[in-house]
Parts: sequence; C-alpha cells; structure tokens
Amino acid sequence: MTMVDRTARQRGAMSYGFVSLYAVLTLAFGILPALYALYLAFTDAEGGFAGLANFSKVVGDFRFWPAVTHVALYLLIWLGALVVLVTVLAVIVHAIRVRWLSRTLRFVFYLPGALAGASSVMLWLFVLDPTASPVSGLLGLFGFESFVQVIVPGNLPVIFAIIAFWTGAGGWIVIMYGALNNISAEVIEAARVDGAGAVQIAWRIQIPMLRKWIAYMGIMSLAAGTQLFVEPQLLSQASNAIVPNDYSLNQLAYQYAFQQNDFNGAAAISLLLLVIALALSAVFVTRGGLFERD
Amino acid sequence: MARFRRASYVRSLLTITGSVGVLALALAGCGGGSDDSATTGSYGFPQATQDDKATITVWVDADRTKAADAFKKANPDVPIEVVTYDGSANGSNSFRTKMQLFDRAGSGWPDVVFSSQNNDAAWASQKSNGKQAFAAVLSDGLVAQDTLDQFTKGALNPCTVEGKVYCLRNDLAQVVLFYNKALLDKFGYQVPKTWQEYQALGEKVAQEHPGYIIGTVGDAFAPEIYFWSSKCQANDVTGPKAVTVNTGSPECQRVASMLDVLVKNGTTPNISVFTPEFVKKYSGMVLMAPGPAWYSGAIFNNPESLKVPAGQLGVAAPLAWAGEEAVTGNVGGGTWFVSSHSKNLKAAESFVRFATTADEYQVEVAPGYPAYAPAGAKWVKKQEESKYYATDLQAVVEAGTAIWSGWGSGIFSQEAIWAKTMTPGIASGKSLVSLLPEWQTAIKNQAQVDGYTVK
Repeated sequence: MTMVDRTARQRGAMSYGFVSLYAVLTLAFGILPALYALYLAFTDAEGGFAGLANFSKVVGDFRFWPAVTHVALYLLIWLGALVVLVTVLAVIVHAIRVRWLSRTLRFVFYLPGALAGASSVMLWLFVLDPTASPVSGLLGLFGFESFVQVIVPGNLPVIFAIIAFWTGAGGWIVIMYGALNNISAEVIEAARVDGAGAVQIAWRIQIPMLRKWIAYMGIMSLAAGTQLFVEPQLLSQASNAIVPNDYSLNQLAYQYAFQQNDFNGAAAISLLLLVIALALSAVFVTRGGLFERD
Repeated sequence: MARFRRASYVRSLLTITGSVGVLALALAGCGGGSDDSATTGSYGFPQATQDDKATITVWVDADRTKAADAFKKANPDVPIEVVTYDGSANGSNSFRTKMQLFDRAGSGWPDVVFSSQNNDAAWASQKSNGKQAFAAVLSDGLVAQDTLDQFTKGALNPCTVEGKVYCLRNDLAQVVLFYNKALLDKFGYQVPKTWQEYQALGEKVAQEHPGYIIGTVGDAFAPEIYFWSSKCQANDVTGPKAVTVNTGSPECQRVASMLDVLVKNGTTPNISVFTPEFVKKYSGMVLMAPGPAWYSGAIFNNPESLKVPAGQLGVAAPLAWAGEEAVTGNVGGGTWFVSSHSKNLKAAESFVRFATTADEYQVEVAPGYPAYAPAGAKWVKKQEESKYYATDLQAVVEAGTAIWSGWGSGIFSQEAIWAKTMTPGIASGKSLVSLLPEWQTAIKNQAQVDGYTVK
C-alpha cells in the first residue's frame, strides 16, 4: 500500500464522517417530515386513503386563492426589486475605487441582515406606525395618519417586499460583489481598451457574467419567499388581526393544522407550495443556465 | 424570514413541512400511548383512574398566577404545579393548539386551564378526530349544582353546550356606558339613556366641542359593544355546529347607520384603545364610551392609559334603543376548564371552584367583575369604597344580568372577522352600512370553514 492510497482512503473516511452528520439531520428533519407530509396529504384523519380530497378541499377554501394572490404579488415585487436593485448596487459598489467607501457601503448594506427575521419585523412595526415612526413625515406625505391606514390590505405586498428587501438584499450585494471580483481583470481591461465606458462594461460584460449568480439568488429567494410567514404573522398579532392570520399560504397551512386540527389539509397546502416553488425554480434554472458548464 | 442563507432545497423542504416534522418526532417520542385506563365515571364522561395524591398541573396567564398563589395559600396540602402561558389571548388560540397536540400524543394534558377567551367551550366540549373531548362536564355532579346556580344569570352561557356546563366563568365583561362626569357637567350635557339620544349628543359634540369623543370602533370587539347590544343577528349560534347570520336585519342596519354618522363627524374614531396613538390623541378628550366593565381598570383608571383622575368617571346603565328594553353586549371574560383526562378531578375541581368563587381571589385580588354573583356584590362594594368613581356601580351589577342571549360563542372568532374585513374597510373611508353584506359573507365563510352549517 502506497502512501497516496492511505491518504486517499483516510480522506474518504473523513469525508463520509463529515457528510454523515448532515445526512442524518437532513433525513430526520428534511426527508422524513416531507415523506410524512406526503402521506398525510393523501390520507384522511383516520388514516384511510383520501385520494385528492384534501387538495380539492384546500383549493376550494375561500381563503386559498386570496392567499395565493397575496404571495404571488409579494414575490413579483420583491424578486423584481431584488434582481434589479441588488445587481445595480453591486456593480456601483464594485465600481467605487475609494476603498474605505466601498467597504463601508458593503457593511451598511449588510447590517440589517444581521438582525434575526422576527426582530427586524418588530423594528418595522415601529417604522410603519405614524405615531411612533422616525419617518412619520414621510408616511404623512403619502397621506397615512394612523397605523391602520398604513396596513390596509392593498399596501401589504409592498410592505412585506420592503421588509424582505431591507433584511435580505445586503447579503446578496456582498455575494454579488464577490462574484464581480471573480471576473478577470484582463477581460475588463480589454473592454476598456476597446473603448467601452463604465455603463457598457456593466451591461455587456459584468451582468452577463453574473447571470448564474442572479439565477442562484432568484431560486434561493423564491424558496424563502413562497414561505412568507413571519412577517404577516407578527403583523397580524401586532395589529390585533387587522392583517389577517391567513394572509399567506404558509399561514393558511398553519391555520389548518393548529386552528382546525386538520393536519391532512395542512400537508396538502405544503405539498402544493413545494410543487409551485419547484416549478418556478425550474424556470430560473433553465433561464439562468445554472447547470450549464462553462 | 426571507433570507438567502436559509435556503437550500432540502432546508426549504424542511421549513415547508416543519410543523409536520415536529409532530413526527413527537409521535415517535410518545409512542402514541392512548389512555386505556379510562372508564366512564360518575360525572358523565370517561375518566382516568383517580389518585387523590396526584399533582395537578394548572395553566394560567400572567394575571391569573395570583389566583394560583391564593389557592396555594389557602390549600397548602394540595400538590399543584403552575404553568404560565399566554392565556390564548389576542387570537393566539394556543389553548386549543396545545390540547390538539396532546390529543395526538395521547398524553400531557394539564388538569386545569384558564383561557382569557370565552368561546373555548365550543371546541373543548366536542370530540375531535375521534379523541375524547378535552373539557370535563362540570354540571353532571363534578361541581355542585348549588355553586353553579349562584353564578350571575347568563354568566355560564358561553360555557354551556347543549345544556351541559363545560367551564366556570372567571369574570363578566358586560358593556356599560362610561362617562366623564366632570366634562359632561362642564359642557352642560345629560347622560343619554337611549342610542338615539347618544347619537344626537354625538352630533352636538362634533358641533360644539370638536375633538372630544363619545366612543371608538377601532378594536376588534366593536361588534360586541355596538352590534350585540342592538340585537344584531350576526352570531346567532343555534347548535354546536349551526349558526344563523343575517347582518341585513333592521337591528344591524340601525346601529351601522348610527356609527356611520359618528365615525364621519369624528366623535367615534376608528382607533384601537390599546394603541399609543389613542392615548396620545384622546387623553382628557373622552367624554363617554360604551365599553366592557374592564374598561375602567384597563383604560380609564390606568396610569399608562387615559389616567382619568378620581372622582370624574361615572358609570351609567347600558343604552337602550328607544321603545325597547335595554340589553347589552359582552367583551370577553375569562373561563376555567377542568381536563376530562385529569387523574385528580377532586383537586382540579376544588381549584376552579376556588378561583371563581373564593373571596381571597375574586374580591381581594381580581381586577375584573366576578361572574360569581356573591363575589360580584362584594367586589362592587369594595370598588365603591375606593372612592374612585363619581357614581355608584349599580349599573355594572344590573348590566351583568342584561347580556343579550342571541349572540353565541362559536369556535370562529367574530373579533378576527371584524378586524380583517371591517376595520380596514372603515379605514379606507367606506360606510359601515355598505360593509354589512361583506361582513355577512366573511362570517359565513369562516363559520363554514370551522364546520358550521350557516343559515
């Protein structure tokens, strides 16, 4: 047995060791619950086969389509803003030659993301209440004089999108910044020699080369966004239910499980959510060329 | 929650099915042991084997820990473990949520539960997915009939399902008319006796003293203050799974059009009394307000709210509609449940009986008007002796027996329905009259989701 063989084998064992921990947790908290949900979705409360009954029940629920619309609107606004603004901001920050300024900006962008999800929503509760808000003047400009006026149903998708953008965008800007650093200086240099300005470089070189990263951001954000839960749930409690507790699909699933004691219906909604998220992600994967090799 | 770090596919799967995952573990851990030792006992429900020495677990909200303390002091030899939870308040529904999980696990139920809501009997009295109903029947011998009889007339209605009592009422929350006597005298107004006089006064106030208010509609319990006492048929629960809803009736229309006038002229703002906004804008500006008995402690005589000085707050009888006898609404009032799974029913019963009837708690400590009539009388006397009020409190006592019985306690929350359909509607300038059909649809939809037949 040569030295090389032994090291390779040791490494192999080591890697299994590392992976196993993750695999066990994935199995316990990911795969098994998902399979259990699959089982629940196709059975009734007594455990008998229910066919598609649970699905037709939840789809026929008067709260289902409003929840779908809410989540879809939110995703549209948030993903749109994320893709456009994160890319633009990352390119701008990258273009700044003053080092301390670029660094400070990245830090400032990232900062809100350091707050845990729930606490950042708490913070927004104050920002959105004209009597307590530090930007009450701004809210006043839009004609909002009370908290209830701010959180009328029509405003909610925008509010949730702003909260999500504020907490999540900074992290992505930092990642995009890293991706921009990976674009070889020679390419940029060549473009510059050919007479391309900053805007042309960004549009024709940098953004096309970021395509995979943007697709990656899209998928990750989509998976998180379809699961909208904490923001409306907290806002619902803080507003004494003016923001309904069945605003999003995930909340509706929660209502099914814990308000109506109908775990089968809840599982059906979870599966629908999974299917929709997978389908939408497939679009990102194919359009973004995520699995293509360079 | 929308954050990039969290999401990988597997983990997104996890979150989607997270609740189910926890459940799976709970099931694995508990082995789904069912209570095989249960036999139908002498109190009309299947009992676990009894053990007089068994520790009873009592779930209370933060305020009610004082009831547990008083009980421990009075009964030092009863083994008791107190667990504090949110009292199922503000629509958290945690009481029901937790009991359903214990049902699935087949063990773990507490022996006594306090709920700050008064519609829990609707589900706790029913079997759920084939599992034994959580609430023990109290009226078939577990609690003495003599004790039940001494609760204020109608106080146990929210606890009563098909003629059986499933909980004891902690306090009553009858709606009365609070007014600021000092302001009223200063402006030269009379205390209104009817809703018609009340509306006329509101129009006068808007003219002569703009900025002062005579009520609010911004809270989720606005329908219980105004529509309940107008005999509006919005919540006529006719059976364990049947409700009749007709918000188009004249009784609903009249109160909606009255409120439309008062909301429009600014004397009844669409603001919750529990917001800093309310305190900031209306401290010293509340001329009167129809509201539940607990308004006095929660809003008027609360240093963190309106802080009305002693000697100013008057309490008048509930308003009547001209030509009709006055009836009133009710906003909450907590309830105490005994678990049908308890291994020490004797101790559990003595606890709920103590918490609802004993002077040591209900008269000496409790902030709300006791539902148990003898304690209620003593409580009123004590409050009157405090010299805070500008009037006597007979109106509170009388209103306690005048709660209209046509407004039921279903599983679905009328408050949640109002909050999500009516409050935003009013905020965007729609009239209540025009919102009534929408309200009706929302109530019907929600009731049907909870398995009710809606007429």
